[in-house]
Amino acid sequence: MPLIRVETPGLFTTVQDLGRPGFGPIGVSASGAADPVALRLGNRLVDNPEGAAALEMTLLGGVFLFPEGARAALAGSDFGATLDGAPAPLWTALDIRPGGMLRIGPTRSGARCYLSVHGGIVVKPFLGSASTHALSGLGGFDGRALRKGDVLGIGPATVTAFRERPISAETLGRLAPRPSSRKVLRVTDGPQSDWFSEESRNIFYSGVYRVTEEANRMGIRLEGAAVAVRCGGHMITEGVALGAIQAPPGGQPIILFVEQQTTGGYPKIANVIAADLASVGQLRPRDEIRFERVDVATARNLLRQQEEVIREVH
Amino acid sequence: MSDPDAVRFQAASDQSLLVSFGGEITPAAHDRVRRLLRLLESERIPAVRNLHPAYCSLLICFDALAIEHNELETILRRHLARIDDVPLPQPHEVEIPVCYGGEFGADLAELAEMHNMTPEHVAALHASANYTAYFLGFTPGFAYLGGLPEALATPRLPSPRRTVPAGSVGIAGNQTGVYPFATAGGWRLIGRTPIPLFRPGERDMSLLAIGDRVRFRPISPQEFAKLAGECR
Repeated sequence: MPLIRVETPGLFTTVQDLGRPGFGPIGVSASGAADPVALRLGNRLVDNPEGAAALEMTLLGGVFLFPEGARAALAGSDFGATLDGAPAPLWTALDIRPGGMLRIGPTRSGARCYLSVHGGIVVKPFLGSASTHALSGLGGFDGRALRKGDVLGIGPATVTAFRERPISAETLGRLAPRPSSRKVLRVTDGPQSDWFSEESRNIFYSGVYRVTEEANRMGIRLEGAAVAVRCGGHMITEGVALGAIQAPPGGQPIILFVEQQTTGGYPKIANVIAADLASVGQLRPRDEIRFERVDVATARNLLRQQEEVIREVH
Repeated sequence: MSDPDAVRFQAASDQSLLVSFGGEITPAAHDRVRRLLRLLESERIPAVRNLHPAYCSLLICFDALAIEHNELETILRRHLARIDDVPLPQPHEVEIPVCYGGEFGADLAELAEMHNMTPEHVAALHASANYTAYFLGFTPGFAYLGGLPEALATPRLPSPRRTVPAGSVGIAGNQTGVYPFATAGGWRLIGRTPIPLFRPGERDMSLLAIGDRVRFRPISPQEFAKLAGECR
């Protein structure tokens, strides 16, 4: 089996696929890639099924040696990669020769970059998925982030003649606005939106929130104008949706993310729409964001449009 | 008193629907959660991706490209019309050995003081009750157990711990529960169990399932060490 040797692991590099939905009743959240759009596109570039397991790097990439070579691609944020010393661009397939060395640096844009290889990364599946669930130490490679010296297996090749189809700047532009210093996340109402006073909601939708250092796959803590519930409503713990924005007593919102708790007892003022969850996966500490309220029908249309662009890439 | 048959459908997000059975934790509401969960697990709706049961609600996550909220609600209303006929599995009876206090339950002494009890009395009372697993949530295998004696109800810690040791038994409000993994947590810790709550590779991965009946058995530090050795 072809291998990848981890020379340096990067800051927090895990094996991820599209997650394991369906285990909410035993408290297991779906997990999966923080930016599933990038993962899917990266896999398409190397002729993988779109949900094949890949490496998710966070803020700082690693150095990887390919003793037998590989067909690989980088997707997501630009981490300034080089292959055997020459620049290795994002969004295009890379032919790595046997003994080739891929060096992936610190981010120049968002939080996450994905390394896909043809054949996918092979790990023992947990509940049907290769995705790492770091909190519980399950799934992925030994249930943890990669370390120096780890050796990963690459699955068997299924294609001999690869297609050459890099993803165009035009396509990328349609999928996500160019990175800017202030991102807008679109949200729908949350189950307890009406628990918040109109004033609180105005504050929430007009304010700028900063991503704190406590931003990971479980959740993203924000800081900005506090939002408080109108009366001390008695909240009964209930299931929480991916992208729920909860307001704990201090009023500083938290976005629940892919490795989220499956239930929670804080009121939720809003919920990030499905089409913008990939953007949440690219948020870095100190990024500034705003929230824009849309209705469910608009959110659904935005998701359909995103899906059409992803399918066109094929 | 709310209508016992009242059901509320709410879009929790653009890809999930929250079904609530009244705004109170009652055995009747919880029974409906379990029956609807059971029905959705046995007669799967292809567009449904995940189910998050809780005390008196069920969050249903779905593929927003495949189904809309109102279509799902229509199917669920038909389901609800017959949930009284849905058989529920026989609950398991599970005994969890716990070493109370000392290094195993960092908050036991303070909690006892808050209730003007001795730590021994708190432990005996906690171990005397029959609990029901209302649902699993928070982390893999974490069961929210109802049935805590009223005299032991205690608010959460004012600020959560960054790490709670795996196996810790805690109290929050009128609930008790066991942390399967070392995670952050705000429940007051009264003891610890040496047995694993979440066991990947076993058929029943989670020791506890929704509806299970649970009891706690006090053990000594010596027995804790012995059981911990056997479970390793």
